[in-house]
Amino acid sequence: MNRAALKDPAWVRWSLTALALTFLLAFLALPLAAVLTEALRKGVGAYAASLGGEDTLAAIRLTLIVAAIAVPLNLIFGLCASWAIAKFDFAGKAWLVSLIDLPFSVSPVISGLIYVLLFGAQGLFGEALRDHGVRIVFAVPGIVLATIFVTFPFVARELIPLMEQQGRDEEEAALTLGAGGLRTFLSVTLPNVKWGLLYGVLLCNARAMGEFGAVSVVSGHIRGLTNTMPLHVEILYNEYDFVGAFAVASLLAVLALVTLGAKSALEWWHRDELAAAARH
Amino acid sequence: MAKGIARRIIPGFAPTLGLTLAYLSLVVLIPLAALVLKAAGMGAAQWLDTLTDARVLAAFKLSFGGALAAALVNGLFGLLIAWVLVRYSFPGRKLVDALIDLPFALPTAVAGIALTALYAPAGWIGRFLPVQVAFTPLGVVVAMIFIGVPFVVRTVEPVLQDVDAELEEAAASLGASRPQTFRLVVLPAVGPALLTGISLSFARAVGEYGSIIFIAGNLPGVSEIVPLLIVTKLEQYDYVGATAIAALMLLVSFAMLLAVNLLQKWNRQRMGAAS
Repeated sequence: MNRAALKDPAWVRWSLTALALTFLLAFLALPLAAVLTEALRKGVGAYAASLGGEDTLAAIRLTLIVAAIAVPLNLIFGLCASWAIAKFDFAGKAWLVSLIDLPFSVSPVISGLIYVLLFGAQGLFGEALRDHGVRIVFAVPGIVLATIFVTFPFVARELIPLMEQQGRDEEEAALTLGAGGLRTFLSVTLPNVKWGLLYGVLLCNARAMGEFGAVSVVSGHIRGLTNTMPLHVEILYNEYDFVGAFAVASLLAVLALVTLGAKSALEWWHRDELAAAARH
Repeated sequence: MAKGIARRIIPGFAPTLGLTLAYLSLVVLIPLAALVLKAAGMGAAQWLDTLTDARVLAAFKLSFGGALAAALVNGLFGLLIAWVLVRYSFPGRKLVDALIDLPFALPTAVAGIALTALYAPAGWIGRFLPVQVAFTPLGVVVAMIFIGVPFVVRTVEPVLQDVDAELEEAAASLGASRPQTFRLVVLPAVGPALLTGISLSFARAVGEYGSIIFIAGNLPGVSEIVPLLIVTKLEQYDYVGATAIAALMLLVSFAMLLAVNLLQKWNRQRMGAAS
């Protein structure tokens, strides 16, 4: 890039950079700053007090529980799917990969709606569930299901291209030398994909804790019971408790920043060990 | 032959594929099929009733029009940002690069209330703007721009990195000006990636809910988006209406997905041919 013919004049460079940075300031940086400022508008005391509220703590607890169920399930699924897809040849593989990506192209609201249509009072299984006294929609199981749906592709879509890049030679060598299947997976495959795995889990977790639309449709918004942190932000905001809303939002913003930091660190230090298509 | 051997050496095909298919069916395919089945079981009259309603039509117009406007803005600025990040160096470039993915990481509800605070008439940005943004259709577009930023930047960035510097140099040595080189050499090279990014940004904006509903004002017929209308119908126990609108949106999403896949295929072919 140091060839003279390719260099833009300084004034072009500066004005384009300034324009790009102004856009990013107005649309990305300032919203982030606004969350923290609004949360601390009435001082640290008010901030801490609104975070200590019982409903807020219940929302934090529920968010952690939902993520603790959804993320491991999608992790196991991601490992199985990428093993089957990357290490074997079979008909319809391309279709399977597209189907795994499907939840990304569905509106979050529709992701919630489909479970209401299945398990809601008027839903396909609604009557059977009521007879057995099982509640899925407007209860925690529905929230978990909707969260699983929207975070479904994260781990798989990171691992599949990565394992495909790495091929099958190392596993075949280990197996030929007498290692068992599980041992081969644990001591050959897993170390090869560990950074990619962490990358996928990070993104999966961020979305699981932050999902709003899908969860909002199935939650029923019962304070202290079916409110996750993002839903609690909405409730507080609609009650004009802006400090409270932005206080809870600030926790989620910190989660986003930690996720971004870890993601960037992985991209800088382990770029070669991430899938080329990782940066979607 | 080699493939046959490999299949026999590596174990675990049947259980992992079986589990994958079972989980995929239970979580994704069967629930989506339930929506499609319910939509397919509806009569023509029910469809017409729902989809010709003025409020529904207005919502579709806003969702698609707003998403198109936002995608075009993101196309322009996404290309600019990718260009600046790839071609220029300035202090804090890595930090800016990391910040691009913020809309992927920040929960949409948080983005929604933050954008509302900024663009409200008394907000940091709103007070300097000549027109009101928050609680108008313009606010919808602002939120759609926010969530779409990374799509264009992240699809254009790698292609821009791969554009052969020698081509630009050849153009320059043959007497092309910088704008000419950009228009005739760089732009055709990044074209498919740019279109892909714009389509992804559009598709995401059409379905977006959380970051929009706070800033939109949600006035029926004016600033009410399609996903919110689905939620409203559900809250009124109008399952038929909600299903009809959702099925139509799903159809559009899948059409977009197909278009993006074709674009990406074209993009890969172009990139493959260039290197």
